Amino acid sequence: MGLELYLDLLSQPCRAVYIFAKKNGIPFELRAVDLLKGQHHSDAFAQVNPLKKVPALKDGDFTLAESVAILLYLSRKYKAPDHWYPQDLQARARVDEYLAWQHTTLRSSCSRAMWQKMMFPVFLREPVPPETLAATLAELDRCLQLLEDKFLQDQAFLTGSRISLADLVAMAELMHPVGAGCRVFESRPKLATWRQRVEAAVGEDLFREANADILKLKDLPPADPVTREKLRLSMQALLQ
Amino acid sequence: MVLELYLDLLSQPCRAVYIFAKKNDIPFELRTVDLLKGQHASKEFLQVNSLQRVPALKDGDFILTESTAILIYLSCKCQTADHWYPADLQARARIHEYLGWHADCIRGTFGVPLWIRVLAPLIGTQVPEEKMDRNRTAMDRALQQLEDKFLGDKAFLVGQHVTLADLMALEELIQPVAVGYDVFEGRQRLAAWRGRVEAFLGAKLCQEAHGLVLTILEQEAKKTLPVPPAEAYLGMLRRISRIP
Repeated sequence: MGLELYLDLLSQPCRAVYIFAKKNGIPFELRAVDLLKGQHHSDAFAQVNPLKKVPALKDGDFTLAESVAILLYLSRKYKAPDHWYPQDLQARARVDEYLAWQHTTLRSSCSRAMWQKMMFPVFLREPVPPETLAATLAELDRCLQLLEDKFLQDQAFLTGSRISLADLVAMAELMHPVGAGCRVFESRPKLATWRQRVEAAVGEDLFREANADILKLKDLPPADPVTREKLRLSMQALLQ
Repeated sequence: MVLELYLDLLSQPCRAVYIFAKKNDIPFELRTVDLLKGQHASKEFLQVNSLQRVPALKDGDFILTESTAILIYLSCKCQTADHWYPADLQARARIHEYLGWHADCIRGTFGVPLWIRVLAPLIGTQVPEEKMDRNRTAMDRALQQLEDKFLGDKAFLVGQHVTLADLMALEELIQPVAVGYDVFEGRQRLAAWRGRVEAFLGAKLCQEAHGLVLTILEQEAKKTLPVPPAEAYLGMLRRISRIP
């Protein structure tokens, strides 16, 4: 059995893994795990990832969770071009630095923004207090400012003049609030031109394919009562 | 120009970096950034890290933040023993797998008790009871996963040897212990793991690294803790408001 990638393109880290694998021509079998249907809770999937999260990788007997771990594994095993995760000590440290920083900042605020603006009120029909949403969007704005000021600065990409894993991971995050209707790029020309460069580097077709689901978020019919109850409970943390 | 490490041993990721550098005899100049005195908001430190956070590394003109990045950088640059961050593809993947989960479930969670017990009261604010309860629940869940899904029957989190993952985890788990919430109580496997990690690091180094945080309650009782200056308040209040 070859490489299997367990993904749901509604998930930010899954999009980053998908784009990376496709862009680098890494042969894999896509195993779709529908998060909204709760498929990540199945016993079968628990065999792949006992933490019950996507993305997950299965390479023969070796299973691996966590998107950064998966991206680094794929990058090294399939000898992706150096710019994705450079050999140069300092250039690589910059990518490591971004991947570490984003986890507790941008990732968190993008998830909350998407769920509070779209998933709770529309999909789950659960109202979100306006002050909660406002605080979340303010935090998102703060993270976007840091993204521009500390990472992007005057560079073409987040960690230098070439696209790296940092850009894939960041872009995947930003498409989350975009899918929920937040005007992330419209008010930030610097980020908008960076997005154009990322899309060009990745390839517009692949970018469109990977983001199809998140961009169709508003077309999701409201959840059925069973799904609604399950998700309301399991996603409570994203209301804070 | 020798390596400079900007650290406050009150901070979990700073301790991980400190211990790693000391254990591996990496020569460095310690630049203490006293968080309680608001030194992270100082003009001098802003030149090092505009995000006002520690740890930070300065290697000549090269400045690096984020403990994970710093640990990886030091392990590669100083060619530390392989076990810390193995070259083997799958072993290394396991470390990153742990660190990814750690960022979600450990970081931000295990520091909360110190904020509740010491830091919030220090600036005259209280964290609501329900947040304390939620934090306990989150810690319990994380500790269970740490024991079951990472440690299991192994000697260390990712295999049979100490790695960067063990350092990062240990320092986070020490934080609640420092304010009287013993996360190791009733968890024999984790307690045994802690014993093994600390034995590997050596009692002297552990004393040196943990001394400050483990005496925090004593300092509070004796009223010898610095009162944070006004410029530090905003950041502290923001951090407190983010406690779920």
